[in-house]
Amino acid sequence: MTMIRMRAIRKVYSTGRVEVTALKGVDLDIGGNEYVAVVGPSGSGKSTLMNILGCLDTPTSGEYVLSGESVGGLDRNRLAEIRNRHVGFVFQNFNLLPYATALENVELPLLFGGVPTRERRERAAAMLERVDLADRMDHKPTELSGGQMQRVAIARALVNRPAMVLADEPTGNLDTASGKGIVGLFEELHAAGQTIVMITHDMGLARLASRIVQIRDGEVVLDQGGAAPHSPGPPARSAGVNPAPLAAAP
Amino acid sequence: MLARAEVALVWKLFQHDVAHQRKRIALTVLAIAWGTLSIVLLLSFGEGMKLSFHRGSRGMGEGIGVVWPGATTRAFMGLPSGRPVRFTEEDVGLLRVRIPEIEAISVEYSRRTGLTAGTKTVNARVRGVEPEFGELRNLIPQPGGRFLNELDIAEKRRVVFLGEELARDLFGREDVAGETVLVNQSSFLVIGVMQTKIMMGMYSGPDKNQATIPATTFKAMWTDERPDNFVYKPGSLELGDQAKAEIYRVLGRKYHFDPEDTRSLGIWDTRENQRITGNIALGIQLFLGIIGALTLFVGGMGVANIMYAVVKERTREIGVKMALGAKVRQVMAPFVMEALVMTVIGGVLGTAVSLGLITLLAALPLEGEALQLLGTPTFSPAIAAATALILGAIGTAAGYFPARRAASIHPAVSLRYE
Repeated sequence: MTMIRMRAIRKVYSTGRVEVTALKGVDLDIGGNEYVAVVGPSGSGKSTLMNILGCLDTPTSGEYVLSGESVGGLDRNRLAEIRNRHVGFVFQNFNLLPYATALENVELPLLFGGVPTRERRERAAAMLERVDLADRMDHKPTELSGGQMQRVAIARALVNRPAMVLADEPTGNLDTASGKGIVGLFEELHAAGQTIVMITHDMGLARLASRIVQIRDGEVVLDQGGAAPHSPGPPARSAGVNPAPLAAAP
Repeated sequence: MLARAEVALVWKLFQHDVAHQRKRIALTVLAIAWGTLSIVLLLSFGEGMKLSFHRGSRGMGEGIGVVWPGATTRAFMGLPSGRPVRFTEEDVGLLRVRIPEIEAISVEYSRRTGLTAGTKTVNARVRGVEPEFGELRNLIPQPGGRFLNELDIAEKRRVVFLGEELARDLFGREDVAGETVLVNQSSFLVIGVMQTKIMMGMYSGPDKNQATIPATTFKAMWTDERPDNFVYKPGSLELGDQAKAEIYRVLGRKYHFDPEDTRSLGIWDTRENQRITGNIALGIQLFLGIIGALTLFVGGMGVANIMYAVVKERTREIGVKMALGAKVRQVMAPFVMEALVMTVIGGVLGTAVSLGLITLLAALPLEGEALQLLGTPTFSPAIAAATALILGAIGTAAGYFPARRAASIHPAVSLRYE
């Protein structure tokens, strides 16, 4: 089953007279229960791809179908609805509301989706339990560690049962131990059938995914399915000039 | 269901704001309250002043005309110009009968003479008039007294109606109805004392210092005296011009002067003055209202400014909410609601405080003519409506524009906002 279908996606930013083409025609299909890492150096267009994947932005041209719904030409409110129902965001800097408790933060997507109070509470609490934060529900973000904050964010991303969890450098702001915990949680979710798309420039992290999509200069230069372990290849990540496949290293 | 959840969300966000930004909210509410206080007080003072102007400009009488003898300025029917025109008491009777546009009319004799009560003698103006004069010139008796009546005229009674200050000068008090006073060495019975009133226009001095006796009595005491003037009132303000023209026509025929020669009789038409004072009062009120509105707008701009800052400060939060699926109105509503709630609280607070101040000021005894003319501040429904309207406009604008800005931010951009 195809969860995401992208055809000839182009994105052009024009600031005054200068036009920058961030995506030059991307074709991408992601099926249900895939764990995909999107990698690429900064400026490669991976953030733009993430914005379009997450329906935060619309492509200049091309076709994007998410969960059977064509996203092109929708207005802001319709896009908001699609984000609410189909996309669960996990950000590098967590992006929790600082004044709200963990439970209230997790409730937010349900609130925007119009879920009644009681059901909202129950579902949010259940989701916090699932990420092992049952005892931290009434804590504010400032009273939580980085790893705990990211767990709250993941609970928030999952609470509306989205088609896809879209994670942007989810371990970027975490120490190694906490990062490992989060990665472990992602693997657990994947094992339970959740589709995950992770944007990262950390090849070590990307290798844990079952599929790696590499972006460079606005194009997909590598799309490698399967979770076969790859040898560490710093050139692939840091060089940027070398479009050689990651798997060519060993 | 959805709407209720949204309202709950908006309310929740507002509560968060109140709890976390107490100082900001308090200061904003204070700004609005202060603006409201200014506009309500200014408009209330304007209203009070208008009322006292209204009373004052009618203190001498409402819509009346006063007619004095004059002199012709053009030759007419073989008679030269510069000829004096003098009328008699009979002429006043003639006008009463001949001009239906005139509702009431009274002759007025006047001279200065000595008044004595006990050992105290005061030199004051005494005038001889007819009963209509009281109504015409607003001489209202204090409780327990009365003005002149037809019998006083018919029987040439020796009765006197005193101005309240004259009464105080003579007796040291005002409740002197029934006392006796000597007018030009003749004994008179005091039948009433005038109620205090504000006069913004007058001839031959304020009414509070004058004694009023029946015209017939006056004529009997000073037999060679001719009327100083007469006072009339048209049936309505619109009939005033017609009544005036008729007076010139009737008297012109009798005394052979050109009815177009307006200097042959001096007529003071007080309608004109009332129109002018009315306009001045309105102008002052408008001026105060504009100052008040500007003050309120400054407060409103403060609120708008703060709201803009809040939107900027919370750009990332807005981006997060949008990423989580908040619709445009779900992003805008908390800001509009916040501004409106602050405006309502500030407005109610300001109005309550100003009403308290107005009540306090109204309870204070006012001494001195300037303060009397300023009047007591008066809160009117028009003021309440104007204040509510301006506050509502400010509250909506102060909330709407920053909120629209908030919702116009692209989520992908606002998420990156530091």
